[in-house]
Amino acid sequence: MLLAPGLGFLAVFFVVPLGFLGYQSLQSGNIDFGYAFTWAFGNYKTAVTDYRSEFVRSIEYAGIATVLALLLSYPVAYWIAFRGGRWKNLLLLMIVAPFFVTYLIRTLAWETILSDNGLVVRTLQHLHLVSPGGHLLATSTAVVAGITYNFLPFMALPLYVSLEQIDQRLIEAAQDLYASNWKAFLRVTVPLSLPGVVAGTLLTFIPAAGDFINAQLLGAPQNHMIGNVIQSKFLELTDYPAAAAMSFILMGAILVGVILYARAVGTEQLSGSAV
Amino acid sequence: MTDQLTRQQLLKRAAIGGAAITFPGILAACGSSGTKASGGTTSVEQKLASTLHFSNWTLYIDTNNKTHAHPSLDTFQKEKGVHVDYVEDINDNASFFGKIQGPLSRGQSVNRDIVVLTDNDRYLALMIKKGWAEKLDKSAIPNIKNLVEVQRHPTFDPNREYSLPWQSGMTGIAYNDKLTDPVLSVTDLLENPKLKGKITSLNSMGDALTLVMLANGDDPSHVTDKSFNAAFTRIKKAVDDKQIRQFTGNDYAPSLAKGDLAAAMSWSGDIAQIGNSHIHWNVPKEGGALWTDNMLIPKGGNVYTASVYMNYVYEPSVMGLMEAGDPKRNITGIYYIPPVIGAKQAALKLNPSVANNELIFPSAETLSKVHLFDSKALNNQKYLTQWQNLISG
Repeated sequence: MLLAPGLGFLAVFFVVPLGFLGYQSLQSGNIDFGYAFTWAFGNYKTAVTDYRSEFVRSIEYAGIATVLALLLSYPVAYWIAFRGGRWKNLLLLMIVAPFFVTYLIRTLAWETILSDNGLVVRTLQHLHLVSPGGHLLATSTAVVAGITYNFLPFMALPLYVSLEQIDQRLIEAAQDLYASNWKAFLRVTVPLSLPGVVAGTLLTFIPAAGDFINAQLLGAPQNHMIGNVIQSKFLELTDYPAAAAMSFILMGAILVGVILYARAVGTEQLSGSAV
Repeated sequence: MTDQLTRQQLLKRAAIGGAAITFPGILAACGSSGTKASGGTTSVEQKLASTLHFSNWTLYIDTNNKTHAHPSLDTFQKEKGVHVDYVEDINDNASFFGKIQGPLSRGQSVNRDIVVLTDNDRYLALMIKKGWAEKLDKSAIPNIKNLVEVQRHPTFDPNREYSLPWQSGMTGIAYNDKLTDPVLSVTDLLENPKLKGKITSLNSMGDALTLVMLANGDDPSHVTDKSFNAAFTRIKKAVDDKQIRQFTGNDYAPSLAKGDLAAAMSWSGDIAQIGNSHIHWNVPKEGGALWTDNMLIPKGGNVYTASVYMNYVYEPSVMGLMEAGDPKRNITGIYYIPPVIGAKQAALKLNPSVANNELIFPSAETLSKVHLFDSKALNNQKYLTQWQNLISG
């Protein structure tokens, strides 16, 4: 009985819209003459054939951003969990604080940071990492950097939680058994933090794959992701069936990815029961 | 002026964020068939409502720089006793249409008495065609006589039964003289290797194609498959060559001022608003585009009150103030092109530098160089899809 409000909420705000989206994805027609349900499976076929590169690019950018976020967050989360001491809460707040500012403003800030005449681009030009007269904005680098930054806390916080829960005595025990610090880290800390890694990567990858703001503001047309196409189909072309079909394909692809991922790392990591 | 522009930029872009949130809204809106809430009433009751709900684009009305009040609206309220609920919630035609089409298609009111849509996008014509716009009460708009001649018989509303122009604007090229020699032609903009990665195109198909078709020697007011393909291929090549860095709404303006862009396809009013001495705007030598934003009364809006307001803004002295502002009272104007005869004379008294600005009160010679885009092509699903695929994929 206590579940009822939750289930009701899910039914009304998730299952019903999802069902309608599925229904819509099989419609044909246009805004002038209206839409009709015609089992138009062609919408799915067109979506895959015409927008394959955007789908692939979304998975690619989201994948790279997830790995980068993991590499950046792990040391930070580790340090806060094990060395933070009484500053832990303050340090965590510092990770989260920038995210009190809205998503859009933060992305716009990146536009300024990576500006052609800005410090970052000039320094990189000085180091010959960017050609003179070259730029970072309107490149895939800028898009991936933006996504990585915007989803960082979704990675850092679950990592912190799982690292924080590790019983320090286990590491001491490993060291007592003549494991080096590095070996203790690899054999004890990393496996025990896996639930955090799994949760963090999923929380980062899933929204990142559907993102379109970063590609829109920081990328060139060549860097646009499937989210941009869906946005334009919905709002610019009012081609609701095609947009709905694409949303379903993206959802399906992510779901399959998550299942494969869960198989590979083991479902107990996913549910966190290893802790 | 710069801080206003930043604000404008943020608001425009906030719409992109808003778009993400509205998807489920649109879905829900399309879901139920609903019942007719308000049928179209033909006879109009001539009684003013207490509030006029007016949805407009950002930074598109006279504004007091200090108090952020809109003096023309305050005066209207004082004269007529109608409070104007003025909301700047239109950022582009498509997403605004997406927002209101759900309720309108179910015969529900959208709680707005006036909305403003552009003639070089398909949605203005669609609103009228679908019967989602109320007929104006022309008996309440004697000032319609002040409407400039060229605006009297547009194809989407030949007798101006449903719409009246709010402002017009020209589309041309802007460049920053600190970064480039003058960019005076579309050919230079799209093909000069020195500008590679330093220019943007507008994301509005009508604007961009008008400029390129003129550069190709084609007529943008009669689009054929051949002229469309020629223009499309030329823009696509500039995208593939990475000459074009992005497709933008009016967010190109701050990038131009910052120096990220050397030149851009651009709307005249944006550049007049920036007031940056290094940024210049011109009609390309092959010709530019002209567009007009039109006021409409969406179905269910209060026709009489909206018509009385339209009559008010078609008073030359009112439009003159709205357009040019008044430096003495710290009021900034709209700085686009007013559709009202006599507005220039009124503006001259308030702010001569604006009244003599060629971008705001263009001469007949400038106006002879700007063209309208084919309204049929705006509704061609094939063209639209191709265009959207280019700019978003």
